[in-house]
Amino acid sequence: MESFHFFTKLDQTLLLGLRARTIDELLTGIRSVSDASIYFHTHRFLHQHHFLSPEPPNDFAYWVTNVLGDDVLGEKLWSIDTARFGDIRGLRAKLIAILESHLDSLRRASDCQAGEEFHFMACRTFVLPTAYVAHDLIQFAEVLARVSIGSVYFHMFDAKLRLKSGENDFSRWFRDQGKFVLANETKRLDPYSYTLDGLRQRIVALVRQHESS
Amino acid sequence: MNRLEDYIPIVGEATLEELGLLATRLRGKAIQNINSTAVGGGVAEILSRMIPLLNQLGVSARWDVIKGDEKFFAITKKFHNGLHGVPVEVAADEYAHFLEVNRYNADEFQFGDVVFVHDPQPIALVEKRESLGKHWVWRCHIDFSQPDVQIWQFLRQFILRYQAAVFSAPAFSQKLPIPQVLIAPSIDPLSDKNKELDEKTIDAVFSRFAIDRSRPVVTQISRFDYLKDPIGVIKAFKLAKEHIDMQLVLAGGGATDDPEGPIIMEQVRQEADKDKDIFVLFLPPASDIEINALQRGSTIILQKSLKEGFGLTVSEALWKGKPTIAGAVGGIPLQIAHKYSGILTRSVEGTAQWIKQLISAPDYARQLGINGREHIRNNFLITRHIKDYLLLFLSLFEEGEVIYL
Repeated sequence: MESFHFFTKLDQTLLLGLRARTIDELLTGIRSVSDASIYFHTHRFLHQHHFLSPEPPNDFAYWVTNVLGDDVLGEKLWSIDTARFGDIRGLRAKLIAILESHLDSLRRASDCQAGEEFHFMACRTFVLPTAYVAHDLIQFAEVLARVSIGSVYFHMFDAKLRLKSGENDFSRWFRDQGKFVLANETKRLDPYSYTLDGLRQRIVALVRQHESS
Repeated sequence: MNRLEDYIPIVGEATLEELGLLATRLRGKAIQNINSTAVGGGVAEILSRMIPLLNQLGVSARWDVIKGDEKFFAITKKFHNGLHGVPVEVAADEYAHFLEVNRYNADEFQFGDVVFVHDPQPIALVEKRESLGKHWVWRCHIDFSQPDVQIWQFLRQFILRYQAAVFSAPAFSQKLPIPQVLIAPSIDPLSDKNKELDEKTIDAVFSRFAIDRSRPVVTQISRFDYLKDPIGVIKAFKLAKEHIDMQLVLAGGGATDDPEGPIIMEQVRQEADKDKDIFVLFLPPASDIEINALQRGSTIILQKSLKEGFGLTVSEALWKGKPTIAGAVGGIPLQIAHKYSGILTRSVEGTAQWIKQLISAPDYARQLGINGREHIRNNFLITRHIKDYLLLFLSLFEEGEVIYL
């Protein structure tokens, strides 16, 4: 049986020196920045606020709602189903489509207050192997309950969307172990609708249900 | 001196394990910090706490201070004011003296593998990079959002010679051809200003200042400075007090070199004299326990700044689980997600409204405080700062968006 080696990831935040004051400028920025920047702004909230009630992790929605005060556009951006996208390209296209459609229909531009501009950022991700290895499902649940949040995050989010492996690392390993139901149940989870701790607990609970089956 | 293990009950063992993993990748590399002062000021404070912890992780980190005469520090004070948007004139001979002092220091130093230069004073040491090689990073700790053009152009020529520049808030980033890294400052949960205090100590401080803990207390800790808007705080307090009985504490250091400082202080005094529920406390330096106690014993903390560098007093308040209302300026929006981990306001009236709301809805206020404390635990403690520094040093030796170490 192949073991599961837990990795962890740590992000360095990069400043791009690019800012937006209006929805037009936000759209221009989203079109031009790197994939790492789109990834950062659609996932940062989740990582930095992982203890809060679940909130789709999207800086664009937060800024449009809380700074520009545009609740309609904010909700459209907020409700993007990030879990459906297999790569950043599709996610970027969705963001662009929502912003373009909104600009076409409203024909108004509201500036934010000075000092409250949207600042485009990006991240460099450092991936490291941890000392934790699971040889079976019992060990897997024990280890998952204690690894860092960065480790949960790496295997559930980065693996699928950023490293384009198609699914999260946990589902793939469960399938390799012949645990097809557990693999499918884990793959089906929308990780964006949980806090990171809540997600960890949900997967641990799923694994424990299947340990003896 | 604090030990790394002392932080485990606060941030968890997994966080310390990750720091250890990063640190092992830096074995054999000498990290040299250089700034302009060994004591006093935020940079010296954070380095004095950070270097021993880096050493405990097995990182060879050291800290050197440049030498300069009075004229040099008068010039760098001008730089500092200019970078904050205050109009200043720097003469050609002053620029020349600045360079002369930097070159003298550059000849004296033994440079490490990573040369980590803090703030503008030693910025020109980087002239040595061409002959020495090494990895050079410049860390800007100050508000750089609206710099004086002439001084910015002078400094920019040196910044471009570094491998990367580090800023404390997104608003301070500039259009530069070198990578810019965001590293926010941090608080130390084990320092006198932030460590846990027992109720007896808190009570004693409130008694000393004759503040009644049985009634709501709204507190702002900051310098008496126009940009901290103490007059706006008093106005908001008065509006809110029309409906709810409460007290206001304004506590902080004396006047700064802001020429309007004495005028603001006089206005604050006059306003306080009219209302026995307003307490204006001019605290001497080294009042960390008093500040800690005032924050912990308050019902709500305000930081109604009009302009702010980073505003670490917000992190201090949130770490104590206090519902916090703060101006949406500088680095404050990084620390508060509106209505999740605190409240962001932009006016006297809005501040007054939220003071009333939070006093009247203690369950919601408590939840803001709980969320705020967790947000600080994950993002603004010294352990996160150490992680960012380790990543910064490692990033100088790596390329790409995703790096497998």
